Amino acid sequence: MADLLRITNGERIPRAAIPSLALEEFLQALSDFVKADGYIVQLFAYRDGASNRLLAVLRNEALYVAGTEVGDSFPSLTKTASKKFHMFEREIAEQYGIRPEGHPWLKPVRYHANYAGRPDVFGNDYSVDIPGNYDYFTVEGEPIHEVAVGPVHAGIIEPGHFRFQCAGEEVLHLEIQLGYQHRGIEKMLTQVPQKRLPIICEGIAGDTSIGHNLCCCQAIEALAGLQVEKGASMVRVIGLELERIANHIGDLGALSGDVAFNPPAAYFGRMRGEFLNLLQVLCGNRFGKGLVRPGGVAHIMGAEQHGLIAKKLVEITPEIKNVCDLLFSAHTVQARFDNTGPVPLELAKELGLVGYAGRACGLPYDVRTAFPTERYTDLPGNTNATTLGDVNSRAAVRREEIMHSLSLIEMMLGQHKGEHKSVQMQQYQLAPSSLVVTLNEGWRGEVSHCVLTDDAGRIQRYKIKDPSFHNWTGLAMSLRNQEISDFPLCNKSYNLSYCGFDL
Amino acid sequence: MLKVIKNRFEQGCRTSSYPKEPIKLYSRFRGRPVVNRNCDRAVALQCAQICPQEAIDPEKMTIDLGRCTFCGQCETVSGGAFVRFSQDFELGAANRQDLITDGELPDLAVQAKAHFKKLFGRSLQLRQVSAAGCNACEADTNVLNTPFFDLSRFGIDFVASPRHADGIHVTGPVSVNMKTALLTTYEAVPSPKVVIASGCCSISGGPFYGSEEIVGDLNSILPVDLYIPGCPPHPLTTLHALLKFFK
Ligand code: SF4
Repeated sequence: MADLLRITNGERIPRAAIPSLALEEFLQALSDFVKADGYIVQLFAYRDGASNRLLAVLRNEALYVAGTEVGDSFPSLTKTASKKFHMFEREIAEQYGIRPEGHPWLKPVRYHANYAGRPDVFGNDYSVDIPGNYDYFTVEGEPIHEVAVGPVHAGIIEPGHFRFQCAGEEVLHLEIQLGYQHRGIEKMLTQVPQKRLPIICEGIAGDTSIGHNLCCCQAIEALAGLQVEKGASMVRVIGLELERIANHIGDLGALSGDVAFNPPAAYFGRMRGEFLNLLQVLCGNRFGKGLVRPGGVAHIMGAEQHGLIAKKLVEITPEIKNVCDLLFSAHTVQARFDNTGPVPLELAKELGLVGYAGRACGLPYDVRTAFPTERYTDLPGNTNATTLGDVNSRAAVRREEIMHSLSLIEMMLGQHKGEHKSVQMQQYQLAPSSLVVTLNEGWRGEVSHCVLTDDAGRIQRYKIKDPSFHNWTGLAMSLRNQEISDFPLCNKSYNLSYCGFDL
Repeated sequence: MLKVIKNRFEQGCRTSSYPKEPIKLYSRFRGRPVVNRNCDRAVALQCAQICPQEAIDPEKMTIDLGRCTFCGQCETVSGGAFVRFSQDFELGAANRQDLITDGELPDLAVQAKAHFKKLFGRSLQLRQVSAAGCNACEADTNVLNTPFFDLSRFGIDFVASPRHADGIHVTGPVSVNMKTALLTTYEAVPSPKVVIASGCCSISGGPFYGSEEIVGDLNSILPVDLYIPGCPPHPLTTLHALLKFFK
């Protein structure tokens, strides 16, 4: 690791301090790191003057960064080192027209023309506005049939395309093609006035408004040298945990609905709303939009809000326990959850799964304990008892995390003394020629933003990674040799973000 | 079985009595804004400058609810001098220009087209299309199916097939990559049909206005009949708009 610079979460680094390796050294360092149980947080390209550069942020017990200059292409590490690189390399090809030579399956990620105005790596004509306009992997033979679903799905849900190769009921292969939700966010963030940043980041994935916007605001804080008061930091933790609980509860309800056990589906559905309403109590918006702003929070938690949240938690905690018990002790539910859509630990490692999808396979990584920010530095972590990688494990981890998050909020409420000010978005002078990487454990897992400023303190590159970027492949692997009728259940057990992936 | 009964008792009946009885949202909820038309021009200008959505016109003293994300910054910064957000969630409008307002909105029931009420008043089936929505609008539309709101008791349902639908309910700024799928879904709905634009994204591009990767204004590609502002619209905003416009 001699070639890499060790950094900390949310720390401003002068760009001059980032090790600039020769391409070969860079690729070797990445390959060695990843093979030794290391993971990729970010790996992306950007333009610097007349040249292309790559930047890697890696993690094991610590965070590291390194960069290199690259031409039109580089030898693919997906081919030689690890599957962990496959999405990142495809993204580099799509965003900057730089080809990873020998990539085993080079195809678009989101379907858009590259940012550099270079020839398209995939040979696409983007005046044809269909991301699914591409030759899917097919299995051939008499008994094989293909099922195509989406982009418009049967429910109130975001768009994406799923292509199943089946032998009878059994899925041999599922290919997931996204990109329908692409809004060009990374590019926008380098062009729009600073005042728009938090609002845009709250819309990266609406169910992770706080998770993503927290990454954005922490990055601005690092670059502008802002301090966050302790009380405001506690409110951020409460917000992030409320967001986690609301989503987990919603998903447990959806899972019960998918196995046709209606009572918990209805109860969880209603209780999820109670948590959204608590976010509304905090900041006036059920998704926590408008809560976090650089330097703190835009709405203070006064005695009234504190009281309302504390009271609701006392009332609802036993209800949650009881409805969880109802769900998890029903034999019919167990029969459907157990051993459905399993991903073995080795594969989860190889794919670099994060969040509850990873933890359900036995990968304990949690940003809140690995690279804590805000008040998480003082808060206890969580452990998971059921880690077999199946739907049941993913559901059980959610249940454990709900209880854990409730206890974290309780601790924060206990410590919060109400002494903090509200902040509003302002224009900040950002430190020039700097890099900052921020990570937070959003409810789906590791959310990460990476900001590079130019010599005038303007944002030159803004890179975003939603945990879904890693985990969609996990869903595809869960479906291998499963009944196609189990797809909704597997899908809900992950509940990945389309727009967070598509950006 | 016993657990089912026990939980049933604990949960009780939770369905809201809205619209029979009014419902009061928490004081921090930001609904219909009330602009102070006598406000100092300089203060209005300051609000317009900080507004991330370019929703404020300081000359005409209006806010465009089709652009506003209800972030509340203008209220805080002006200490309420320029605008105060009320808890009134009834924000739906039939005309785009009505959303550019100092706080007064026309009565939606009066504006609704009579033939829509006749056609869909007893039963309205909608196909929801998310066209690059961030999932907040989708989630707070989905919530209408939970026991608290229980949308089906009004004869309104979201259906899977556009062939079974009376119209589409669109969320998101309409990404270029979703445009074709959206138009195809619209075509698949039998006429006469309605188009509902839900959330500031579908009305104006929302937080993503100006991006080359989005259409940004649903009405520029499909004839919108009903606008539901918000980021996302509160479920009650949607419920109110649907009931007023169609019932
Ligand atoms: S509440 Fe609306 S008008 Fe006011 S600053 Fe926010 S987006 Fe602009």
